[in-house]
Amino acid sequence: MPEQDTCTRLVELLTAEQESLGAAWVEAVSRTLRGRISLAELDRELRELYAALVEGLRGGGLDWRGDAFGEVRALLAELSRTRARQGFTPTETATSVLAGKDVLAPSEDTSAGDVRAYLHLSKLIDALGLFTLEVYAKTREEIISAQAEQLMELSTPVVKLWEGVVAVPLVGTLDSARTQVVMEKLLQALVDTGSDQAIIDITGVPAVDTEVAQHLLKTVVAARLMGAECIISGIRPQIAQTIVALGIQFGDIVTKSSLADALKHALRRGDAAVVRPGGRA
Amino acid sequence: MSGLAPVPDAEHESVPIGSNDDVVRARQLVRALAQQCKLSLVDQTKLVTAASELARNTLVYGGGGVMRVGLVHRDGRVGVTAVFEDSGPGIPDVDQALTDGWTSGGGLGLGLSGARRLVDDFTLQTEVGGGTQVAITKWAR
Ligand SMILES: Nc1ncnc2c1ncn2[C@@H]1O[C@H](COP(=O)(O)OP(=O)(O)OP(=O)(O)O)[C@@H](O)[C@H]1O
Ligand SMILES: [Mg+2]
Repeated sequence: MPEQDTCTRLVELLTAEQESLGAAWVEAVSRTLRGRISLAELDRELRELYAALVEGLRGGGLDWRGDAFGEVRALLAELSRTRARQGFTPTETATSVLAGKDVLAPSEDTSAGDVRAYLHLSKLIDALGLFTLEVYAKTREEIISAQAEQLMELSTPVVKLWEGVVAVPLVGTLDSARTQVVMEKLLQALVDTGSDQAIIDITGVPAVDTEVAQHLLKTVVAARLMGAECIISGIRPQIAQTIVALGIQFGDIVTKSSLADALKHALRRGDAAVVRPGGRA
Repeated sequence: MSGLAPVPDAEHESVPIGSNDDVVRARQLVRALAQQCKLSLVDQTKLVTAASELARNTLVYGGGGVMRVGLVHRDGRVGVTAVFEDSGPGIPDVDQALTDGWTSGGGLGLGLSGARRLVDDFTLQTEVGGGTQVAITKWAR
């Protein structure tokens, strides 16, 4: 049977019982998802998919990559992304599609010709299942990298310590990406809070090498360009000795051993300033 | 490169240096060994910082390479040795590279010279077109 005829026959078979077959598909899938998605939602999703599948076959091909199946692919991509975001497993996600194979299958009194047509449909659904998994995997990756970014944001909280004073405690290894985030957040906080004093606390940084030092220096310079002064605090004895041996010079940047000392210094310096946006004279 | 530099004891570990994550890993390994042979907190920090500098030079200028690290024993003393090796372009003028503030890139130019000051033993072998090997050791007091 040529492909065109197979498609025509499949469209006939699928449309004749569209209502009951669609319901069976929804029923089969809802069992695997055990109520974690509303029946109404699932019904809408799968019936749309069913209709698109029939339209695709009507378009005259079995190639799921073809133009006729554009709508099917779009719906599947949407389904995968939603499932991935809602925390469904890859198996649960693929089953939504693959369950169609059990529903749209020949019965005992199906003619030999129709059985062959169903076989083609089964292959098509397999391919669509794989496509669904691919989109699922890609979405998970996107979610993970977005979470990593969020974590980075979260792990560098900029806090307003006092009127006119913001502080950022740095914890852990400072690489270029993290330092960039710290710098941006600190500069933004200066603007948002109308502060002109920033404290960068490095108590939680295990080692200060030339790379970290360079990042710190750049941040201080950028803050200065915005009319703010930085204080680096939390320099522990072993870090101080290492910085000296390395030969790093912090120039006229104020450094303090504790955050409390840094705050005292910032307040004294802040008071001496003439007018501070949003602050006292 | 020839292996004239001190080679760590049999139980040394090799860490590839091919990315920023590898630099972090190398640093953590050096710190663990420094703690194991009871270096003081200051000496630990100095050694880890020196290792960090050399690992990054291996990555940035050497185009990647390897760090071998382990404990060493001499005259009843114990220490940590780390050897950084790459087969990059080499350093044409070693004196210049070891001058404070000299950099061919956008750095502070303090990594190599600073690392030398941070450790007890420092040897550098390099060959233009043949790669660079830097070995450092810090001894427990
Ligand atoms: N493994 C290497 N292979 C080739 N050239 C190197 C290597 N290590 C260092 N150099 C050269 O020596 C110079 C000085 O190195 P050094 O680490 O002191 O400074 P830097 O890396 O430029 O800056 P930083 O202060 O951030 O470390 C480098 O700019 C580079 O030209
Ligand atoms: Mg360097």
